Amino acid sequence: MLKDITLGQFYPGDSLVHRLDPRVKLVLMVVYIAMVFLVEGFLGYLFLAAFLAVSAFLSRIRIKFLLRSIRPVLFIVVFTFVLNILFTRGDHPILEWGVLHITWEGVRFAVFMSLRLVFLLAGTSLLTLTTSPIALTDALERLLKPLNALHFPVHEMAMMMTIALRFIPTLLEETDKIMKAQTARGADFDTGNLLQRAKAMVPLLVPLFVGAFRRADELAMAMEARCYHGGRHRTRMKVLRVSRADGWACGATAATLLLILLERLL
Amino acid sequence: MSDIIRVQDVSYEYERADEQGELAVRGVSMRVKKGEWLSILGRNGSGKSTLIKLLNGLFLPTHGSVTVGNFDTRDENHIWDVRQTVGMIFQNPDNQIVATIVEEDVAFGLENLGVSPKEIRQRVDAALAAVRMSEYAAAAPHMLSGGQKQRVAIAGALAMEPDVLLMDEPTAMLDPGGRREVMETVERLHRERGLTVVLVTHFMEEALRGDRVIVMQDGRAILEGPPRELFAKEAEAICRAGLELPPMAELARRLRAKGLSVPGEPMTVEEMAAAFGALRRERRGKHAG
Ligand SMILES: Nc1ncnc2c1ncn2[C@@H]1O[C@H](COP(=O)(O)OP(=O)(O)O)[C@@H](O)[C@H]1O
Ligand SMILES: [Mg+2]
Repeated sequence: MLKDITLGQFYPGDSLVHRLDPRVKLVLMVVYIAMVFLVEGFLGYLFLAAFLAVSAFLSRIRIKFLLRSIRPVLFIVVFTFVLNILFTRGDHPILEWGVLHITWEGVRFAVFMSLRLVFLLAGTSLLTLTTSPIALTDALERLLKPLNALHFPVHEMAMMMTIALRFIPTLLEETDKIMKAQTARGADFDTGNLLQRAKAMVPLLVPLFVGAFRRADELAMAMEARCYHGGRHRTRMKVLRVSRADGWACGATAATLLLILLERLL
Repeated sequence: MSDIIRVQDVSYEYERADEQGELAVRGVSMRVKKGEWLSILGRNGSGKSTLIKLLNGLFLPTHGSVTVGNFDTRDENHIWDVRQTVGMIFQNPDNQIVATIVEEDVAFGLENLGVSPKEIRQRVDAALAAVRMSEYAAAAPHMLSGGQKQRVAIAGALAMEPDVLLMDEPTAMLDPGGRREVMETVERLHRERGLTVVLVTHFMEEALRGDRVIVMQDGRAILEGPPRELFAKEAEAICRAGLELPPMAELARRLRAKGLSVPGEPMTVEEMAAAFGALRRERRGKHAG
């Protein structure tokens, strides 16, 4: 059923990686992305691959799920690979055939570029697989708190994200219900050309929007009745605490970053 | 008993862009006594929801005044005290749950009040235990049944340690099982903790459980009194207000109209059975004699 969908791709678990402080995970993810862009030499790729492999192993996420996250962009990976192989100039030709010049440098560059893409996707997926969207929202709110000084509405953004996460399943369920009701009255959502199908969606979208506005109105009232008045003086039940595991994760990331930088500089 | 809510000659008019709006509540005066169970009855559009939203300062009266504890609801400095004193449960269980995890939703009000994390934790656990939802603390609200969602909403109000629980048709969207679940929870909280209950309902059986009933018609409070007394004596006025008597009271009324002298004022099936028993014994006695 529609309401059983999981948002994002969070895969609940109790592994070391799952239990890391989401703020730490977010910051480390930023560092990781930086590393993916900084990495240069063969050794660097090896370090990064090892870093990713160890993280994936500790998260107990099955490789299948990680690979699944790469599948939608597999085409781009292959495309990048082919493009780089064909159009990178170099001094060490492997194959020359007509206009085709495949060089050793080209192969190397193509492999590395594709690897970067794969690392990027696998790494970010590892974050979203091990961290619930709500934990990420929470972490984001707490990390961005200093932006309040610049009058950036950090709390309001986070509250909007939370409410969106809360109501997506409810609205999907409602869509399902309305669709079934309209189908029973002869509506047809699946056939016809694009215009006809778009037209068929109108009687679906109208009640959905009307319903959503009514919900928003009632929810606002319910929040007010429970003393909601913005982010000021608000406390949170869940206190995020940095643990020893977070320390280890930071250390390991820092070490990898250092190795990558060293190789780049030397 | 002392009054915890005082409503004095209150009227309320919705602001409308197009025309002069009609008064949704007209000159209502009433009290809510500490520890009582007050039911508010009335047909659709009679102004029940408007009235109940006036009781915690969600709406401010156009005329008249509402006092909760020691505070006028117009007093902006104490509006959060008012809302903490009176918890509110709405009709639609979906549209009052804010968070994506049950226990976080129960914590919502306390977080807004700026309570310390440690105390929030304790009060959330206690509130979930009080509505028997502890095992669902980590569940996602959209996976719960309607009755369970309403119990979570009650826990959210309870965590703020209110004196009064305002409920606007909390069982109207539930199946019979969920309805029973919610009513049993409210009854237990009323009995065990002396929680004051203000229940808007159109189920007459639910009103029977209370101490006092107020009947609304066209924005006015037209009748007031203990439910049994009212259902017995004011049957005509209640029907005129567009309401139906509890089924057994209606049955008794019709039987009497047909000339059968049903003894007492039976309101529930059990009482009706007892009344018939008494009637039969009486007849047998007559035949024997
Ligand atoms: N948001 C609103 N704007 C304008 N009029 C409203 C609004 N809500 C309710 N009313 C009107 O106020 C009257 C009382 O409504 P309400 O308090 O919801 O009654 P009840 O809860 O008893 O069904 C009705 O005539 C209704 O049409
Ligand atoms: Mg109503």
